[in-house]
Amino acid sequence: MKIQTLSLTLLLIIFWLLNSGLFKPLIFILGAISVVLVLLISSRMKVIDEESQPLHLTKNIPAYYAWLLKELVMSNIKVVSTIWQGHLQLQPALTTIKMDHLSDMGKVIYANSISLTPGTVTTDVTENSITVHALDKSSIADIQSGAMEARVRKLDN
Amino acid sequence: MSMLTTYLSWASLVLGGFLCVSGSVGLLRFPDFFTRMHAASVTDTLATGMILVGLMFQAPTWIVFGKLFMILVFVLLTGPTAGHALAKAALHSGLKPLLPGKSGKIETDANPSTGGV
Repeated sequence: MKIQTLSLTLLLIIFWLLNSGLFKPLIFILGAISVVLVLLISSRMKVIDEESQPLHLTKNIPAYYAWLLKELVMSNIKVVSTIWQGHLQLQPALTTIKMDHLSDMGKVIYANSISLTPGTVTTDVTENSITVHALDKSSIADIQSGAMEARVRKLDN
Repeated sequence: MSMLTTYLSWASLVLGGFLCVSGSVGLLRFPDFFTRMHAASVTDTLATGMILVGLMFQAPTWIVFGKLFMILVFVLLTGPTAGHALAKAALHSGLKPLLPGKSGKIETDANPSTGGV
């Protein structure tokens, strides 16, 4: 049995118990049937692999999430202060930024992290570049400095 | 429940409420579709996050806490996905983002119906 199958089984059991919150024999049996059914369907669909279960990221993900949370709070403060400014002085920008040496998983994480932080949103991802729309030009400079890209690369290997 | 968790809970809830209002104000004040989306993402991320954290402080059992945490994870996963889909669809259907002109300022439409600054 693959390690991914094992982790998916565990995840489904936790998901069921958390959502039902009832610890009765009948509920357990229904839960077991559901878990087995989902496992059968996903193995027939061939979706149990390291793309759907990126276990190799587990070691590095807590540090990345902590850093992303800090970024999230900082950019929220920035956007909220822009919103409450008496006179709006917006400098929006739409720029294509180069990136290199990222796996497919890395690209998805990178693009999603940019979209998650307020003030920047990814509009397109290609083989070696991303297109970003930013509320303020300074956010583009922050992304171009490559701090986030370096973090994602560290996460990925 | 102890006094401390009550205070922490209320502080989080009030902050989350303020951020929700900020997001809505930004949605009305900003000039075009793309900039408005940035304002909406404040409500998407930190505002929802603070309200859910505030509720977690008041959770009577661990099951409730876990469910609230699960909601937080799903909101943080679906937010950027929806935002990306919206922005990409808008660009593909030919909507041009408002960008600063030669003067360094954005040229807002004189027509009030499009929502000026």
